[in-house]
Amino acid sequence: MSFLDLDEWLVDLAAAVDVVYSPIMDIKEYPENVDVVLVEGAIANEDHVELMHRIRANTKVVVAFGDCAVTGNVTALRNPLGDPENVLQRAYKDAADIAPQYPAEKDIVPRLTPRVTPVHELVKVDLFLPGCPPPAPRIKLFLEQLLAGKGERLAGANIKFG
Amino acid sequence: MAAKTLTIDGKQISAFEGATVLQAAEEAGIPIPTLCHLDGVYDIGACRICLVEVEGVAKLLPACTTRVREGMEVRTDTERLRNYRRMILELLFAERNHVCAVCVSNGHCELQTLAYEHGMDHVRYEYRFPKWDLDVTHRLYGMDHNRCILCNRCVRACWHIEGAGTKNVAGRGARAHIISDLNQPWGDSESCTSCGKCVDACPTGALFKKGATAGEMAHNRAKLEFIVTAREKKQWIASE
Ligand code: SF4
Ligand code: SF4
Ligand code: FES
Repeated sequence: MSFLDLDEWLVDLAAAVDVVYSPIMDIKEYPENVDVVLVEGAIANEDHVELMHRIRANTKVVVAFGDCAVTGNVTALRNPLGDPENVLQRAYKDAADIAPQYPAEKDIVPRLTPRVTPVHELVKVDLFLPGCPPPAPRIKLFLEQLLAGKGERLAGANIKFG
Repeated sequence: MAAKTLTIDGKQISAFEGATVLQAAEEAGIPIPTLCHLDGVYDIGACRICLVEVEGVAKLLPACTTRVREGMEVRTDTERLRNYRRMILELLFAERNHVCAVCVSNGHCELQTLAYEHGMDHVRYEYRFPKWDLDVTHRLYGMDHNRCILCNRCVRACWHIEGAGTKNVAGRGARAHIISDLNQPWGDSESCTSCGKCVDACPTGALFKKGATAGEMAHNRAKLEFIVTAREKKQWIASE
């Protein structure tokens, strides 16, 4: 959503890049030879693990985008509770009024990983843009630097968690 | 009191005998980052964020507990120090569960501010994600162990500014944690005067006023300064 706050600059951005993959595009497979990817969210299930390895293999610059990707953030709140089974139990069995069961359709619902991790615990990440969410002006600055060919790590006032 | 002359970052300065390197630097307008230091209570050198290099000494020394010496040459801002400071900050973040987005102190947190200043855009160490509880048994205040960095400021404020002696540290190593009285719920403590000085001393969102939601908990250090100034200088002046 913060990304959409870039408003009319999105038009300039669209002219400067080819968007080749996004969860809201009708492309099923992550393509090859990608220049830059902005990864949102932490690694929480087996699909994420598989996709993330493919992304790393096919991309020059991997950016961890937002606190969840950078730290695990609220999505990692389940980690101190241990086994993901405990969380599923609480959410889908204890709290259910009728027919308590886990969503476990084979090949549709991916299994949870033992713990939620930031992206860089799984694969090498080139740049980090923390923030929950990162505000639009900072995203713009970051992308402008990338487009100018100087992908630089953020410093000082441009780093902000939460 | 005898004066000592020394250099800090190449600047010639003089300081009173018995002063710490931190005090001398502060006096000379040279900033050194601190976390466990709190004006008005003694220093314990717990967090190591104030480490400095001293010419002729192989080890790095904490500025808050190192006394000035004649002819001492101190460096406060080198590549090596910046690396170690960032490392310390990352370890503090990895040690407990800091979820800034939903923290009462988001935006008013000394740990967070230092992390930004040291270019911490991510934590290179594996997060430990330990299981810690919340103590919200006190009528006015709460303690979230997930955000505690064990700086001990609350303990020293409680013992040496308020004189109540409610707050203590129990356990060792990674299981060390802040307790009230004999490790009982804070709300059951008989020694706690409910003054809130521990809350105002805390650099993070670990101690908070009940009712504060995300980002609302700004600690009021001026209240502590007021009492400490009154005690040390016999002047009842508020800084704000
Ligand atoms: S205490 Fe500070 S660093 Fe920790 S979660 Fe709260 S704002 Fe973030
Ligand atoms: S509760 Fe706050 S003041 Fe006390 S040790 Fe923890 S971080 Fe420091
Ligand atoms: S401020 Fe000196 S060791 Fe913490």
